[in-house]
Amino acid sequence: MSGNARQLETLIARGYQHGFVTEIDADTVAPGLDEDVVRLISRKKQEPAFLTEWRLKALRHWLTMREPHWAHVKFAPIDYQSISYYSAPKARKDGPKSLDEVDPKLLETYEKLGVPLHERARLAGVAVDAVFDSVSVATTFKERLAAAGVVFCPFSEAVRTHPQLLEQYLGSVVPYTDNFFATLNSAVFSDGSFVYVPKGVRCPMELSTYFRINAMNTGQFERTLIIADVGSYVSYLEGCSAPQRDENQLHAAVVELIALDDAYIKYSTVQNWYPGDAHGVGGIYNFVTKRGECRGRRAHISWTQVETGSAITWKYPSCVLRGEGSIGEFYSVATVNHYQQADTGTKMIHIGPDTRSTIISKGISAGHGQNTYRGLVKMLPSAHGARNFTQCDSLLMGGQCGAHTFPYVEVKNPSATVEHEASTSKISEDQLFYCLARGITEEDAVNMIVSGFCKSVFKELPMEFAVEAQALLAVSLEGAVG
Amino acid sequence: MTASRTPLLAINGLHVTVEGKQILNGLTLQVRAGEVHAIMGPNGSGKSTLAHVLAGRPGYQITAGTVSYEGRDLLALAPEERARQGVFLGFQYPVEIPGVNNVYLLKAAVNAVRKQRGLPEVDAFEFLGLVRDKMKLMHIEDSFLSRGVNEGFSGGEKKRNEVLQMLVLEPRLAILDETDSGLDIDALKVVAAGVNSQRSPERACVLVTHYQRLLEYVVPDIVHVLVRGRIARSGDRTLALELERRGYDWVSGEAA
Ligand SMILES: Nc1ncnc2c1ncn2[C@@H]1O[C@H](COP(=O)(O)OP(=O)(O)O)[C@@H](O)[C@H]1O
Ligand SMILES: [Mg+2]
Repeated sequence: MSGNARQLETLIARGYQHGFVTEIDADTVAPGLDEDVVRLISRKKQEPAFLTEWRLKALRHWLTMREPHWAHVKFAPIDYQSISYYSAPKARKDGPKSLDEVDPKLLETYEKLGVPLHERARLAGVAVDAVFDSVSVATTFKERLAAAGVVFCPFSEAVRTHPQLLEQYLGSVVPYTDNFFATLNSAVFSDGSFVYVPKGVRCPMELSTYFRINAMNTGQFERTLIIADVGSYVSYLEGCSAPQRDENQLHAAVVELIALDDAYIKYSTVQNWYPGDAHGVGGIYNFVTKRGECRGRRAHISWTQVETGSAITWKYPSCVLRGEGSIGEFYSVATVNHYQQADTGTKMIHIGPDTRSTIISKGISAGHGQNTYRGLVKMLPSAHGARNFTQCDSLLMGGQCGAHTFPYVEVKNPSATVEHEASTSKISEDQLFYCLARGITEEDAVNMIVSGFCKSVFKELPMEFAVEAQALLAVSLEGAVG
Repeated sequence: MTASRTPLLAINGLHVTVEGKQILNGLTLQVRAGEVHAIMGPNGSGKSTLAHVLAGRPGYQITAGTVSYEGRDLLALAPEERARQGVFLGFQYPVEIPGVNNVYLLKAAVNAVRKQRGLPEVDAFEFLGLVRDKMKLMHIEDSFLSRGVNEGFSGGEKKRNEVLQMLVLEPRLAILDETDSGLDIDALKVVAAGVNSQRSPERACVLVTHYQRLLEYVVPDIVHVLVRGRIARSGDRTLALELERRGYDWVSGEAA
């Protein structure tokens, strides 16, 4: 019995494979945050006055706020004045016009990360908007998208090309007053992606952004805004990883999605930020605000996330279901190993009648990891006939980890229904031995069983992402189980 | 030719304890290639313990004795190694592995064996064809292919799945632990047909069973009776019939 457990515990400990630093001259602002820094960022990005003003309002509001500590995570105080809020690879004249012009070292970095820009673009038909630290350096497949009328560009570009859309939608789902980290982001956000899919257009390819934190002591504050106009469809993929460092790094991103009548936005994330070492030193603090609003009738927003990295994950991709008959979905796999902590889940806010939501959460805990599902399902008085189904499953590996579930439910309309199922299980000795007795190694057996556990989430991911997610899961759980 | 001289499996004076409790108590048994052995015995006599020890399940302490397979020390091999060398255990209680596709597991198992033999991974299309053929023999429906391992299977389906895995993996030594228990007569015949289809001069089979009923369809070369952790009596097929008539007390009494 414990023979297996012991063998399992010795199994893991392949290191983080994305931990390297790219040496590139960076244009970095001195650490600290005040109105001058915010103005500087805004000026560097040649932003219109409304945006500068918006950032300043956010900063002033942020200064009145306190860091939240209600989540089931522990971390040392962050000194926000020691962080540098802007870092860009030094511009070569006007910036790259094609991949050939991109710093080869950068491309090498992507290569190491397993984001072969050319290859992915060519073979998989994915347009990649790669964000290196804070500035987008390469965008592919722009022409094909342009032909369909789809706008997919760095946020900083959209500021210049589509200011009216920005002014209309920015902060309309996540206002600058929303929460400590979102407010900080609103003041200092550096770059990110902007997507607009026009009426009736089915985006001809999956859109993908690969974020990477590189420079030392820089936080990353991307801001992503996706607008799907009436009857349109878009699938957006976000992948993340960061170099290995002993100090913790802050990542406070904001993603806003807006789906109008009959529009469908599918947003998938595979998050593999550096989780810290086996003793809990270093790693990314991933404090992210993601929210979508189904603003129109029958609008549909689906979040799928596979969270394997970060020292701390604090993240609740949510849906505001305003339009009648609109649909919100949240499919999540969150893994913690070693000393990682995750407090993640979703909020489904049902406002419109006949709105529906589905929540499938799979938490995997190994080592000394702490995994919390925190979810809110809210049925407002106007949500006649609204329905929610929630399923939260936890898988424990070894005796030192933890799984916690906090499902909050508020029902203000008696015709609304809320269903909740939950389970906690372990990988059993019987399951492991069954696989061994078929010639399968323990490591493969564990991966197989864990993948089986996550199946209902993985099947929501686009094909090549599902493969990547499975591989990441295997790496992050190396040496776990018991 | 040498096969008939060197036993495929030779168990010698095997003593096994579980959590300090003596279960196998000097068990000796030889199985030659080409033979089918039946091991019968009352509940709790140690049949499953023997099967698990042969397959390498952790948690058993082997306090004395040896086991050789193909002339080598079987007990020195990790469980997955044994499987790759051609030892197959059909479980008495096959476990469910939710979300893991039956075919996926089967293919991983086949590829593990192939890797061991220095062969490339099996061609997915050919493999599916092979599995479908064997499924027909085992009266398993097509929908099985997309279901999770033993997930929601009936008792009979689980047992047929074990035999299917054996047919696909083509082990040299198959140990089937009460694969006949809980089957109705039709299912029993299907299982027997599966077992018979893989009888060959190169391969051997150890059928662990509680009843002699299976032996009407799979005729064994030798029948052993296991009582309190050792072979109390061996004989030909008629021993099983006699046991059925006289009950296990007959042998237990003698062994005591
Ligand atoms: N894990 C275990 N812990 C304690 N006792 C066990 C364990 N496994 C089996 N036994 C005991 O060993 C004896 C033999 O069991 P088993 O090999 O399953 O018998 P059989 O298959 O012949 O019915 C029984 O008395 C059983 O209770
Ligand atoms: Mg038994």
